[in-house]
Amino acid sequence: MAGYEFGNPEVVEEELDVLIIGGGMAACGAAVEIMRWSEGLDLKIKLVDKAAMDRSGAVAQGLSAINTYMGDNDPADYVRMVRTDLMGIIREDLVYDVGRHVDGSVHLFEHWGLPIWKRPGDEDKPLTGGGKPVRSGKWQIMINGESYKWIVAEAAKKSLGTENIQEHVFIVKLVNDKNDPSRVAGAVGFSVREDKVYIYKFKCCLLVCGGAVNVFRPRSVGEGQGRAWYPVWNAGSTYAMALEAGAEGTMLENRFVPARFKDGYGPVGAWFLLFKAKSMNANGEDYQAKNAHLLKEHNYGTYAQGHSMGTCLRNHLMMEELRNGEGPIIMDTPSALAKLAETMTPKEIKHLEAEAWEDFLDMTIGQCGIWAGENIEPDKEVSELMPTEPYLLGSHAGCAGLWVSGPTDIPGVPEDWSWGYRGMTTITGLFTAGDGVGASGHKFSSGSFTEGRLAAKSMVKFALDNKDWQPELEDSVEDLLEEIYRPVRNFLERKDYTTAIDVNPHYVTPRMLQFRLQKIMDEYVAGVSTMYQTNAKYLEIAERKLGMLKEDSLKTRAKDLHELLRAWENYHRIIAAEAHMKHIQFREETRYPGYYYRADYRDLDDENWRVFVNSTYDRKTKQWSLRKVPYVQLIKD
Amino acid sequence: MPTFVRTDKCDGCKGRDKTACMYICPHDLMKLDKDGSDTGHAMKAWNQEPEQCWECYACVKVCPHQAIECRHYADIVPLGASVQPLRGTDSIMWTIKFRNGNMKRFKFPIRTTPEGSADPRAGISDFDKSKLEAPDYLFNDDLHACDMSQFGQG
Repeated sequence: MAGYEFGNPEVVEEELDVLIIGGGMAACGAAVEIMRWSEGLDLKIKLVDKAAMDRSGAVAQGLSAINTYMGDNDPADYVRMVRTDLMGIIREDLVYDVGRHVDGSVHLFEHWGLPIWKRPGDEDKPLTGGGKPVRSGKWQIMINGESYKWIVAEAAKKSLGTENIQEHVFIVKLVNDKNDPSRVAGAVGFSVREDKVYIYKFKCCLLVCGGAVNVFRPRSVGEGQGRAWYPVWNAGSTYAMALEAGAEGTMLENRFVPARFKDGYGPVGAWFLLFKAKSMNANGEDYQAKNAHLLKEHNYGTYAQGHSMGTCLRNHLMMEELRNGEGPIIMDTPSALAKLAETMTPKEIKHLEAEAWEDFLDMTIGQCGIWAGENIEPDKEVSELMPTEPYLLGSHAGCAGLWVSGPTDIPGVPEDWSWGYRGMTTITGLFTAGDGVGASGHKFSSGSFTEGRLAAKSMVKFALDNKDWQPELEDSVEDLLEEIYRPVRNFLERKDYTTAIDVNPHYVTPRMLQFRLQKIMDEYVAGVSTMYQTNAKYLEIAERKLGMLKEDSLKTRAKDLHELLRAWENYHRIIAAEAHMKHIQFREETRYPGYYYRADYRDLDDENWRVFVNSTYDRKTKQWSLRKVPYVQLIKD
Repeated sequence: MPTFVRTDKCDGCKGRDKTACMYICPHDLMKLDKDGSDTGHAMKAWNQEPEQCWECYACVKVCPHQAIECRHYADIVPLGASVQPLRGTDSIMWTIKFRNGNMKRFKFPIRTTPEGSADPRAGISDFDKSKLEAPDYLFNDDLHACDMSQFGQG
């Protein structure tokens, strides 16, 4: 038989107990935890990452801070902060669970070698030895985090063993069980390096592939579209694959619009919190003070307490200036550094300057490129701030994701919030963590890792409880192969119809499919071009256009394995985008002013809408069902 | 382009088991052009999709010949600047060159332990395996203090 070639891949089938899909912080947490609990149990566990674990996921570039560390705070206060930030609707059981466990994860990071800044006098003391961290806010601690992911991945890889890790394989679809459609039985994907398709069967899996980036048209559309705030490789795969398998989504109307240094999207947290910089409008006015009265309108200030207010509300106050032509928004970095320098020695000033640059060099090097290219030295020149295009995520100041089973020991939790396995979705055997878990934002890197650990532990229990259960895929290997490689076939069968490889009536390039998605989402689903506003009529048009886009996604072409990767990433983006649109359509209020506005329902309406919005998708009929789920407050005000 | 590969420095990682930049890129951008059919430069790597580059510098940092640099986003950034790291095992050095010729250099620590030493088993040889179903227990037994009076029904 002839060798395998492009369009004729080898099929590799494998049966496991547990499959971890993804390689980011949540996956690494799972890898570390699962091997301890499965010691001596003879479970077959594997991790599959579409990239290389040393530099995959949202922390690939590094980070300059760990944003979730309790320290002297009580986890209940953490829940209160998250509740305020996310406008009163979170799963408090899940958030509390992250809060009580997260410091234990950060202590592991430090033990493995992550440098954590300490207050003067405590430089040589680890956190577990009483060392006090440098706080850039109540919950954030500063780190030298260039190698944060490298170090965490090192521990995860050592835990799993390289023989149980498959890198550069992109899982694109979950397969339900033949005998029980409410259960997941397998996953399929392909190598981005070789002509190979992988079909895994398992008892359970952890789906942790991050959030969704480049779903909306970004502000920069040339080379700069790569400079997304969140990693450009987060393609909504977690949401799309889980929803297609029938898992219930929650709060997928939520999004995150970070206000960041313009174009480079460098972090502002340390500038505001550590360096005490101020931002202002074109006239030098403090727009937060000037526009504070806006919080009294439309009930937007319901969850604000003085200066403590939701991230979306800060955006709301900034956007008022932009809408009124009072921009640009300016971050006054020179004044902040000059004020700090007043009481410093020259050596301390030099150290301060290094800290300011490290903030970017650790996590957003591209911002330094912009400053260097525009001759901006932050101690001499001001910089612009700008709200970015929207992102879907569940780990930062956003809470889009899946509805998962919570911990069983939290007082006051409704019975139906916990169905026995922490981190399991409504599909039996399908677990998630990090960006995958909805209604529980503000986990960040450390909390996502922690959620991975919690899920891993319950997956061991699940695998033991289901030792005799045999997975059976509802689709045949032939059908799966046909589906996975459809874009390749589209190309090979049709490429000679025209002379120009990219212009062909029989197929669409993944790149153009993405542009079409971004245009729809931007113009109809509250992107930047409408200043984040939409209404029922816009959404009705979006729904129609997205339907056709989904149909046309079957005609995506892939001229090589790299394009096959892009074809499937963009399919995932479309499903994630459609979920987002359906949720926004369902929630007839403006819950997150500054993230998006329902112009036809301008009020924040607690009476009708202080509820979770949950959705399910039927991949056979392509229909969505949405429902309200009551919010329950667990932690006192 | 954002990152680009210098023809005078890249050797395609000949003699290594894998092409470093191609292995490490989180977004599958770097590609070894084995026969020169893509770029005219055989056995050298290239960034095959520059508008998808996050400028995360994973390839720049890992290249054994310092053959990869960054020309920042051409639709945003004026020409003439560069930001270049040299990453060692315990620290990283950055050289920033501004468009006007000004230079800045910084050195930051990146880890406190020898490379390859991170081990999840280190220091925790034993733990309470009977707690598999305990929601308040992970293997390093490091739960934060919890004030249960904060719960409405606590």
